[in-house]
Amino acid sequence: MDIKQLEKETNEGVESLPSAERRKFMKMGLTVTGVFLGGTVLSLTSISTASGGNVDSVIPVEGQYPYPIHYGMVMIQNHCIGCEKCMEACVKTNNVPVGHDAWRTKIQERLTTIQGEEIQEFRPILCNHCNRPPCVRVCPTVATYKDPETGIVVMDKKKCIGCKTCMAACPYNARYYNHSQHAIDKCNFCIDTRLKEGEKETACAAVCPADVRVFGDIKDTNTKIYKLLHKPDNKIWVLRPECGALPNVFYMNA
Amino acid sequence: MANNSLTNILSHTEDSSLATPGINRAMVLFLFITAVGLGLGASGFIVGHETIYNNTREVPWGLLIAIYAFWAITSTGLCIYAAISHLFGGTKMAIFSNRMVWMSIVCIMGAFATIGVEIASPHRMIIYNILSPNPTSNIWWMGTLYGTAVGCLILEFFGIIKGFSKLALFLGTFGAIAEVLANSCLGGVFATLPSRPYWFGGQLPIYFLTAAFLSGAAATILINYVAYKIRGTEMSAPVVSGIKSAGKAMTLVLVLYSVATFWRLIMFFVGGEELGRVGAESLISGPLSKTFWIAEICIGLLVPMVLIVISRLKNVAVMAIAGFFILVGQFFARYHLVSAGLLVPVSLGWDDAPTYLDYFPSLIEWAVIGGSIGLVCFGFLVGERVFGKVFTQKEHH
Repeated sequence: MDIKQLEKETNEGVESLPSAERRKFMKMGLTVTGVFLGGTVLSLTSISTASGGNVDSVIPVEGQYPYPIHYGMVMIQNHCIGCEKCMEACVKTNNVPVGHDAWRTKIQERLTTIQGEEIQEFRPILCNHCNRPPCVRVCPTVATYKDPETGIVVMDKKKCIGCKTCMAACPYNARYYNHSQHAIDKCNFCIDTRLKEGEKETACAAVCPADVRVFGDIKDTNTKIYKLLHKPDNKIWVLRPECGALPNVFYMNA
Repeated sequence: MANNSLTNILSHTEDSSLATPGINRAMVLFLFITAVGLGLGASGFIVGHETIYNNTREVPWGLLIAIYAFWAITSTGLCIYAAISHLFGGTKMAIFSNRMVWMSIVCIMGAFATIGVEIASPHRMIIYNILSPNPTSNIWWMGTLYGTAVGCLILEFFGIIKGFSKLALFLGTFGAIAEVLANSCLGGVFATLPSRPYWFGGQLPIYFLTAAFLSGAAATILINYVAYKIRGTEMSAPVVSGIKSAGKAMTLVLVLYSVATFWRLIMFFVGGEELGRVGAESLISGPLSKTFWIAEICIGLLVPMVLIVISRLKNVAVMAIAGFFILVGQFFARYHLVSAGLLVPVSLGWDDAPTYLDYFPSLIEWAVIGGSIGLVCFGFLVGERVFGKVFTQKEHH
């Protein structure tokens, strides 16, 4: 086609364009859009069958909840004011001893500079009840295991030999040796002290004045935790994702 | 009847030349050191491990895990060389392979004694390792395989004494395979923990096996040198020839191990996780740097290389000194490996966490180390005295 010759021609306008040409153009547009859209949707779909394994997101997708009730916790991190009421409630509810590095949950803090202003940042931590828990894999005597009903990582203390391999294996420093019980102790989402009694929340979540800790069944679409995790605007992250433990404690800012 | 039988066996195995007041005194001394060291460690079962050991929530393992790994790895090395000698017969080290089998048993006993006072509830381990096994646990496999190995080695040694050579050969081979697999699982205990980037990775089990070949050769030379020294006798030409073979193996593995150590550290500085790099820096320029450069690198690798060159693999005394330095270096290498993985806080950047956590072994931890060394030395002398003729029987054939 001679471009110079074409430039001399008068624009015939779209009015005289045949319907066949219009349909052809529309088809091409739909094909391009469809391929793009299809690819995008495919990229959001996990190809992994691992429980919670998802290369694009830390949030488990449908079909990846291996437990009938799948408990988890969302921390709205920037709501935390570091009052430590959660720590007190945990100690009281679960008879956590004083001293010897004993704690089941803790508030970490650091100073961060944002736009020239130094602010105190708080971060609550506890056992992440991972879907692929390193502590459970390494325990020689199955003294720690995933509760088959709830996915909570629990202890069978009479079996604990005190080798402390689970402490070394935990990416979150969530375990300690309880000297009075002669076994490792850790957060169990209050399964024995509250959940079995019919309570719906852990002690730390119930007492929090700033609603930092949102506890619940991440599988149940009616729960607050499910809605927080699946709200498109919420940016969700987990701690140390590189360890591949697939934690069930999630973090976000509101 | 049983007493007569035992007396009969001992009359064929014991080396009466070592029934001297000096050896007796040494045995009593080592037994005393063992009792005090391990006794202090065992006191933890009464007063609580937290009061006698300096381990914390963040640093749950320390010196005792290091010495456990050291004895276990040395045992594996001795066992492998003995098995190779027995299995292939022709190797020159076969001449003192019975002594190596005995010392492999003694070293693993040193390891068991140490871990026995390190673990908080070892009685539960005996019960639930059997009743509630976890096949995904490296610790479970390691314990089971080392237990199997020591059982095989003890029966093999019995077979050697009684002259059941085929039984001894079979059990020795099976025991060595179990030891190699156990050693591999020991490496796996550390290597399969992604939470500790300094440990995580496929290199570590091979590194541990290389360490076993190095420690085993070094221990072979040192043990045989001391065995002849305490008797005041010269080594026969075949024994010297066996020592030279061990010296060649030691030299070769020393080079391989040094190369592996170099690359293992370099890898942390080309990328990967920050916690791994910080762990490696604890050795290069951090809190472990003094003992790393002096004990692990200079005393454990460079000085032995120089001594081997000086000895030209001919001077047994100089090779024995090189072997001793290698073993010292290997002990520190295990300590550094355990510590560098744990001294870096997992929540670096929060809670004003220091770059490196504070851990220095307590006096009782050092006493347990002394106790385990005492036990191995005592075991060595018991072996030389009670089974001395078994150790030298191949020389006389």
